[in-house]
Amino acid sequence: MNTSMMAPTPFWQTLTKFDWVYALLLLAGGVFSYHQYAGYMDVYEVSFLFGAVALFSYLGWRWNAIARLVLGVAVLSLLGVVSYHGDLASSSQQFLLKFLLASQSAIMWMNVLFVLAMLTYWLALFQRSEFTAKVASALTWAATLFGFVGLMVRWYESYLIAPDIGHIPISNLYEVFILFCLITSLLYLHYEQTFKTRQLGGFVLIVINAAVGFILWYTFDRHANEIQPLVPALQSYWMKIHVPANFIGYGAFSLAAMVAGAYLLVQRGILSSRLPAMHVLDDLMYKAIAVGFAFFTIATILGAMWAAEAWGGYWSWDPKETWALIVWLNYAAWLHLRLMKGLRGAMLAWWALVGLLVTTFAFLGVNMFLSGLHSYGTL
Amino acid sequence: MKSPASLQQRVYELLSSMRFAVSLLTLLGIASIIGTVLKQNEPYQNYIIKFGQFWFELFELLGLLDVYHAAWFLMILLFLVISTSLCVLRNTPVMIKEWKAYKEHATEKSLRLFSHYRSFNTPQPLAQVEAHLTEYLTGQGYTYKRKPLESGDVLVAAKSGTHQRLGYIFTHAAIVVICFGGLLDGNLPFKVQELLGLKKVETLDIPASKVPEVSRLGVNNLSFRANMTLPEGERDNIAFVRVRDGYLVQDLPFTVTLKDFRIEHYPTGMPKSFESDIVITDSDLAKPIETTIRVNHPFIYKGIAIYQSDFQDGGSKLRFRLWNLAANNLNSNDIDGVVLRKGFLGEGDAKLTVEFNEFRQFNILNLSSDGKGKPRNVGPNTTYKLRNASGQAREYVNYMQPLQLDGRSYFVSGMRETVQEEFKYLRIPADDALEITGFMALRQAMRDEQMMQQVASRLAQQAPGDKPALKAQFEQSLLQLLRTFKKGGYSALSQVIETAVPKNQREQAAQMYLKLLNAAALEAYNLSREARHLGKADDGQVTAVFIQDSLNAMNDLFFYGTPYYFELTNYELKQASGFQLTRSPGQNWVYLGSVMLVVGIFAMFYIRERRLWLLIKPQQQEVVLAMSSNRKNMDLDADFESKRQHIAVLLQ
Repeated sequence: MNTSMMAPTPFWQTLTKFDWVYALLLLAGGVFSYHQYAGYMDVYEVSFLFGAVALFSYLGWRWNAIARLVLGVAVLSLLGVVSYHGDLASSSQQFLLKFLLASQSAIMWMNVLFVLAMLTYWLALFQRSEFTAKVASALTWAATLFGFVGLMVRWYESYLIAPDIGHIPISNLYEVFILFCLITSLLYLHYEQTFKTRQLGGFVLIVINAAVGFILWYTFDRHANEIQPLVPALQSYWMKIHVPANFIGYGAFSLAAMVAGAYLLVQRGILSSRLPAMHVLDDLMYKAIAVGFAFFTIATILGAMWAAEAWGGYWSWDPKETWALIVWLNYAAWLHLRLMKGLRGAMLAWWALVGLLVTTFAFLGVNMFLSGLHSYGTL
Repeated sequence: MKSPASLQQRVYELLSSMRFAVSLLTLLGIASIIGTVLKQNEPYQNYIIKFGQFWFELFELLGLLDVYHAAWFLMILLFLVISTSLCVLRNTPVMIKEWKAYKEHATEKSLRLFSHYRSFNTPQPLAQVEAHLTEYLTGQGYTYKRKPLESGDVLVAAKSGTHQRLGYIFTHAAIVVICFGGLLDGNLPFKVQELLGLKKVETLDIPASKVPEVSRLGVNNLSFRANMTLPEGERDNIAFVRVRDGYLVQDLPFTVTLKDFRIEHYPTGMPKSFESDIVITDSDLAKPIETTIRVNHPFIYKGIAIYQSDFQDGGSKLRFRLWNLAANNLNSNDIDGVVLRKGFLGEGDAKLTVEFNEFRQFNILNLSSDGKGKPRNVGPNTTYKLRNASGQAREYVNYMQPLQLDGRSYFVSGMRETVQEEFKYLRIPADDALEITGFMALRQAMRDEQMMQQVASRLAQQAPGDKPALKAQFEQSLLQLLRTFKKGGYSALSQVIETAVPKNQREQAAQMYLKLLNAAALEAYNLSREARHLGKADDGQVTAVFIQDSLNAMNDLFFYGTPYYFELTNYELKQASGFQLTRSPGQNWVYLGSVMLVVGIFAMFYIRERRLWLLIKPQQQEVVLAMSSNRKNMDLDADFESKRQHIAVLLQ
């Protein structure tokens, strides 16, 4: 009897030809960018560039759908960039840009697709139709694709306005709301695959569509979609890691809250035959909060390191910092009860739901109602 | 029976319990909220104005004005550190034991009661089976301990992922390390010295050199966050630490000289960069260090980081054209002022002190009437105070260039009597050459007796009809109208109307008066232009609007509070750069703690602890499998299922 066939295969041997081609393409892209733009990057940014190559290779290897998404984003974004011919005015003249690939158009497609995806998920839930649910997943993937293309092209557009205005599009509320939608949707899609259930899509897309609603209001009422240059305090490589880490945290906490909502409904016998079992929801909620907590911790630490460089101290009890601490303490307490006390059930679900309010206040409320050093995204 | 715990024991149990720790986390969270709702560390005056004396005193007593340094807040933190430390001390031995132990003392009976339990029968010789099974476990990442039992059975106790336990130690020790680092950077040493009376906060506005030793912090001070403001070309070797309503002087082990301060702007007018060229001189240095600091790019010397923090005026030279509005002729002369210095006007009881407080070269304002237009740079402004002999002051802000408001150009000057008020703005229309002189000349023409008569007579000439008596009467009325307006503006006119005109005709009379006043003003304007050797004013809407705006401005001048108008004509910019200087020995501790925290969190969440037992019973040809984890969840179910299947295959 040979037991070696039951031993887990070493990771390197699981990689397929596609995986290698994918990684090589990423590396080629990284090397090309380095070759083109090394003069404009500091040592940290160069390390982020190759760090991103490694990170996305790994993510793509572990989860093939990410590889396909990355390739799709790359192809469409490059198509968009090429279509500009170096002239910002092309966005309103060139057919492909005007209706599909210019950042505003791509982001609008993202908005529309997220709305459609939510409706389709709910339809699937009521029809109990696996096929409809698959369509909803596909729509969510498409929305995510367009969202990322929108951000990528926006990044390029900012440099077309003027080289010194160009910057990564995660610098104000409008841009980070898009990032929030994308990260939350990717986290959800991941759990959808690992837990083999599409029934929660309708719930998670509620919070994503709330963000979409905000983006629309912000665009049409406030014209906040225009690209603004960076104030001196934001001109730092730290932004490239601090902000995404934070939004993985926010996204995961929001996802957990939506699952908690589903849990509470199932507990009351509402939709219980259509939604996953309570122990599955409970497990998913824990996993999402764990991911969120880990990344929120990293984000807060990165924020402290940035603050030490920009404001002269790693901790100034600025309202944003303080609220980040409150969010962190909130979920730390949640995890203590779950992991150490082994607490389960409605109480933790309610807590996760209320946690979303605390998180939302830290994310939005602080900018709206409190003033401080961290007032980049005022409404 | 347990013996009743002693008080000491009970306190220890409470402090190291998780219940206590979670309560502290919650309490800390709630306490932190206070400081985000109530603005912290504002000048005390602001609180008194906003909340009143009573609440201010209460807030101060409770430490709410600086929550995060209040004694009670530090106590919560201290208890958190104690609680976490005790928790670590109490649980670490357990965790290390769990980390190492194989739990080979499990009995067959207990294994059969596990929720994840399965028994297999196998036809194979069990000595061989054992070799296969242990090889399989090793392949799955388990380590194991083999224990032959007296009954002739063999127990294989295996474990994997017990490093998870280290995660617990790491995360909790991290909190202690981070708090320790924070404490090093806190102001605890100063608080102790203040309590002992060794240090005292200075509250008087006196030169730094005169600040007594008791309010100075030495070069050896381990940790501080201080501020320094340097005008261009000047140097200093001290910085200020703000404490409550006063400050302390921090001596520095080097001297900083500001050579140049620069602001760059984007085309939109938004600031793009703030940079200071500084020179650091120190007797320990063979050659001074010349360097540039910017936002996000501090410079560190002798463990003290120097940050670009803000900027202000450092004594710009200003040139004004001073208009004396009370004079009986068109009177203006040039005067100079220096920001942050004082000047004097007038004599005797009318003597005024001018305090030039601020000069700003760029002002990004949104002047569109609906607020939807884009903000843009409207050019320099200056803020000054006029203080009279009795010490009362009015504050003024004047813009150098005319501002575009509602499509027209105005010289704008704001006035307020107290700092809590908003500025009230005087708008003086710019003339066709975009200068203020047109208005000033017009105003003078409407104040000069001779010119008023001229205006009245010219207007009377133009009036229709040819009865000289009527014309003379009209001329007199006009003259009366002009004199009234000169004396008290619109309100004087309305008083005249109220006393002389019946109620039902007042509206009509007022309109008539205004029409005449406008006509007279136009005439006066043309007269003033003649005197300045300029042609007649344009006969269109533009002039009409200018006249109307001028009359409004003349009326508003009655409320301007001073007979002087400061027209800013030129300036020589001298800026001051604001630095923050910090020494923070706790920073590396905080970072070390942060790394431990992240490592610990990932270990706790993503290393799965598993314990697995195989009881091999040769007599019964039976193998018992049991599995457990310190966290019961779906992963364990799935893991058990796959192990069960694999082992079933192995035993076939």
